Amino acid sequence: MQTKPIALTILDVVSIIVLGISTYLALVFAPTEAVMGDVQRVFYFHIGTAWVGLLGFVIAAVAGIAYLITKDMRWDRFEVAAVEVSTVFFFITIVLGSIWARPAWNTWWTWDPRLTTAAVTELIYIAYFMLRQGLEDPEKRARFGAVYTLLGGLSAPITFMVIRLFRTIHPVVIGNASAEAQGGFSMTTDMRTAFFFALFAFTVVFIDMIWHRLRLGALEEKVEQLKLNVSL
Amino acid sequence: MVHSKSNFMIETKKLVKRFGLKIVLRGVDFSVQPGEFVALLGPNGAGKTTFLRILASLSRPSLGEVTVANHKLPDEAAKVRAKLGVVSHLPLLYPDLTAEENLLFYARMYGIEEQENRITEVLDMVGLEHRRKDLVSTFSRGMQQRLAIGRAVVHDPEVMLFDEPYTGLDQDASEMLDDVLRSVAAKGRTVVMTSHDLARAEDLATRFDILSRGVIVASAKQEELKKTNLLAFYKGAIES
Amino acid sequence: MKNPTPSFFKAMMAIVRKDLAAEFRSRELLSAMLVFSLLVILIFNFALELDVKVRESVTAGVLWTTFAFAGTLGLNRSMAVEKDRGCMDGLLLAPVDRSAIYFGKAISNLAFMLIVEIIVLPVYSMLYNINLFQPGLLLVILLGSIGYIAVGTLLAAMSVQTRTRDVMLPILLFPVAIPVLLASVKASSGYLNGADFAEILAPLNLLIVYDLIFIAVPLMFFEHVVEE
Repeated sequence: MQTKPIALTILDVVSIIVLGISTYLALVFAPTEAVMGDVQRVFYFHIGTAWVGLLGFVIAAVAGIAYLITKDMRWDRFEVAAVEVSTVFFFITIVLGSIWARPAWNTWWTWDPRLTTAAVTELIYIAYFMLRQGLEDPEKRARFGAVYTLLGGLSAPITFMVIRLFRTIHPVVIGNASAEAQGGFSMTTDMRTAFFFALFAFTVVFIDMIWHRLRLGALEEKVEQLKLNVSL
Repeated sequence: MVHSKSNFMIETKKLVKRFGLKIVLRGVDFSVQPGEFVALLGPNGAGKTTFLRILASLSRPSLGEVTVANHKLPDEAAKVRAKLGVVSHLPLLYPDLTAEENLLFYARMYGIEEQENRITEVLDMVGLEHRRKDLVSTFSRGMQQRLAIGRAVVHDPEVMLFDEPYTGLDQDASEMLDDVLRSVAAKGRTVVMTSHDLARAEDLATRFDILSRGVIVASAKQEELKKTNLLAFYKGAIES
Repeated sequence: MKNPTPSFFKAMMAIVRKDLAAEFRSRELLSAMLVFSLLVILIFNFALELDVKVRESVTAGVLWTTFAFAGTLGLNRSMAVEKDRGCMDGLLLAPVDRSAIYFGKAISNLAFMLIVEIIVLPVYSMLYNINLFQPGLLLVILLGSIGYIAVGTLLAAMSVQTRTRDVMLPILLFPVAIPVLLASVKASSGYLNGADFAEILAPLNLLIVYDLIFIAVPLMFFEHVVEE
């Protein structure tokens, strides 16, 4: 049995600490936003999770290409890890976004380009897992998975651009949203501190989780190997 | 071949094939001389089909070297494919096309120039000239299998691979297939055939190799088998 | 008599001719796609209550939904035919470039989809008294179909190899094909409502970008999907 690397344990502790600090910064330290009130505090984690979700998506596509070139299964494990972690973070992003949208826009959901693209990306992830589940040969699973993440990675930005075109005929209540997305609502220095720290904290948590998932993948393979040895 | 690198038409060295963690072929050393007809025998799950698919360039080896018709696989797959005819237990034919249209399609895929003449020759050889304009969906299993052989020889390949060609055929159809296989082999082609029908293999092949649990466990030429019979040889090899 | 390997173009055309010949004999695929399209339009007619006012704004959406569903049906079938009798192996055994196989299949799939569209358009025009035969709209339909089929052919080659192959294709295809469908809807409704060309240009550009990307990707990666 491989013991857990010390570095990983350290990273676990660091993750918890930075997440704690980030929570403090978001909920206590940052001033209450004048117009929206306390619910605006959700925004820090919303951006943090969205950032790592996106990061994971890009990493997965790059790992996919790397796999197709090298055929090294470690890239496949990396890709799966990135997609899995990213799926969860994107889901949190959407939920937090909804919580914020309810009082801010007076609706749980709006077909804004960012929201829609996030939802479509989530669907691509789900399709990705279904595809992998339907394949038995691990090598084929890796190849198809890599091609599919690549297709998803290429189509997601176009989805975003296309949906932006629809806003002209579907006017929606996102006036303050687009202002906000461009950094429009004037952040105070303290807000900015909380904001950047949240990005940092979630990046650390993301790396920690990817590491765990990679380790889990390696252990999974070892178990498979042992099972196979027993059956022979 | 002007600059032939080896005397063998097919050669594998330490060939390993894995599907994930499952190892199907564990170091197969196998070589076939030009003109030999090798029957590859073995129980189900021994890796015969996998092995043949690798020789056919349809599957990549995990480790080891594979050379077919003096070209390395998988790097020179296109060159190998041009010299290779493959028949499997699936016919690889389109039921909504006639016999002629099926052959015409494959003739085009192999870049054959005088397609009409070649198709007539092939249909004569497999005894289906009278069904030339009929849809393949109206053919019996045996006729489909004969046409499948016609499809596989349409580009006059040097090497032929047969994967369980007798599967699903009745006695008459099997006998007709025997004749076709003999005429294919008679042209000096190199043939590898997998089968678990020992009697059929005994009639046709000039050499018998036995694949068991992913390795070749025994090999014997036809003349060496005169004293013992094939069944005894086979059983002895599997059990050892 | 050593045969030269066929050129890329000849191999591709051999596949297209084979597919069209088989289809014009059995008409399995086209009839299924057509009947299905008409049924979808019928359902939309009542589900959306397509009166004159509603029609103007939703025609483009109804048409593209219909094309997308019918297209999936065709893609699935056309790849399943190759898989079922081992014919895919037959294609792969030929000494031709794997991308020639991809383009052959994609062109015949595109031909089937365009045939269905050419029949559905006049029927829709007649039923709802809308002139759909505008050069601009036809261009959008061509571009949209190319993008949809380009990515669909690649994904169908993947989905037929899965255990759940009957349901897999739409699940894989729709999220990735959203840009092409939405851009097509946007551009089509632009033409139908007589919008300025400047407004149509943006979705048209995105369609062209999508088409180019999703023709290039299968060109590079198709062999990873069909070979073992």
